[in-house]
Amino acid sequence: MAPLSAAIPALPRRYHALSIWVLYIVGLCPAAWYFYQAATGGLGFNPVKTFEHLLGIWALRLIIATLAITPLRDLFGINWMRYRRALGLLAFYYVLMHFSVYLLLDLQLNFAAVGGDIAKRPYITIGFAALLFLIPLAVTSNNWSIRKMGQGWIRLHKLIYLIALGGAIHYVLAVKSVTAGPFVHIALIGLLLFYRAIRRPLLNWKRGRRQPARAAR
Amino acid sequence: AAPLNAVPGPYKLNEKLTPKEAVTTYNNFYEFGVNKEDPAQNSGAFKPTPWSVKVEGMVGKPKEFGLDEILKMKLEDRTYRMRCVEGWSMVIPWIGFPLSALLDQVDPLGSAKYVAFETVVRPEEMPGQSGLFQALTWPYVEGLRMDEARHPLTILAVGLYGETLPNQNGAPIRLVVPWKYGFKGIKSIVKIKLVEEQPQTTWKNSNAREYGFYSNVNPAVDHPRWSQATEQRIGEGGFFGTKRVDTLPFNGYADQVASLYTGMDLRANY
Repeated sequence: MAPLSAAIPALPRRYHALSIWVLYIVGLCPAAWYFYQAATGGLGFNPVKTFEHLLGIWALRLIIATLAITPLRDLFGINWMRYRRALGLLAFYYVLMHFSVYLLLDLQLNFAAVGGDIAKRPYITIGFAALLFLIPLAVTSNNWSIRKMGQGWIRLHKLIYLIALGGAIHYVLAVKSVTAGPFVHIALIGLLLFYRAIRRPLLNWKRGRRQPARAAR
Repeated sequence: AAPLNAVPGPYKLNEKLTPKEAVTTYNNFYEFGVNKEDPAQNSGAFKPTPWSVKVEGMVGKPKEFGLDEILKMKLEDRTYRMRCVEGWSMVIPWIGFPLSALLDQVDPLGSAKYVAFETVVRPEEMPGQSGLFQALTWPYVEGLRMDEARHPLTILAVGLYGETLPNQNGAPIRLVVPWKYGFKGIKSIVKIKLVEEQPQTTWKNSNAREYGFYSNVNPAVDHPRWSQATEQRIGEGGFFGTKRVDTLPFNGYADQVASLYTGMDLRANY
């Protein structure tokens, strides 16, 4: 079977840095567009809630995209590793915006209500914990930290699995009933986390298949 | 929607009405989809006429009411607050008549303790009633205790803002119980049955811990997943100044209805 990567034209190396900046800009477009719509009456009669929910859903989509980078490379030979940091940071920005809208526009800085929500309501506790866990990941998303921390960086960034799981649970608990939209997002997160559990044995098996073939040549 | 004539009702409410466009485009009516804009967008194929409502069960004279007959009842303007369990509210000028006026025509038996209601099932006209992911089980069912059903605040609404009900608001006839959370207000009713036992209710069946049979508006009893202390007024304030107001016990109708629940633990009977 020809690898899927062959079907995608390779981006010349000189455009790599530029393409990452383009990703940041494109990635922030949904937030900018929905903000414009909300502010001009395009998001219906509860623009705050709608904007808040859309930001949360896009945060989950970006987490899904971040988690998809490794399996894309392992299984399909598509190496988009250079975009992973941007996707992860975009996810963090969306989570931060999601929380800010909740704090500023929804509860209007009623800190007693925010505190009560975080303490008493599991889905908000979980969502808030996911936001807190994202902070160290965002802060260490630079080459200097990777060099400085070595293996510790890899261990720290495994937190994304917990964050993704928390995000999915937060979403399930926030909706009144799980319909097609939530189901697709949650199923993708489940699938990508499940992949992590089977990744080692799968890669070993693939390597084992390849080696005897090479020896026979 | 056709114009409807109604006389002023007995309950005056001096609060700013929620704009008609908000009342008719921001809806929960899962038979047409779970998003707020879905009912307005997906209810175009729904046919609210011809229509009839069967009233049966523990009654002396069971009867099927045609829509013409229903629209000949003495219709009143009833502007009520509407508090959704999700934490938002509206002020809606309904047109309708007391449920008790309908019940009087069928001679309820003394042994009837509850009233059970049922929504129409028409998957071909209601897209939320078919497909892989259905939000609830159909038909949507609701219920009231007999004294709640007979309370003069409880109405069957056939219109709003001077016209017959738009499809997305529960055409052609729906229940409005203003001191209870909005989901008690079952829409597009085809059957009313008087019964002895507490009837099944859709949201309680779906999640009994979160949605009880009574579902009286109560700022002191939080929904397990959010506070019920305040509510957001839809259509006011806009994006940068969401209008939040304190939620009132029994949605502000405590003077009229609190006595129905004397001696009851409203935390246990949420």
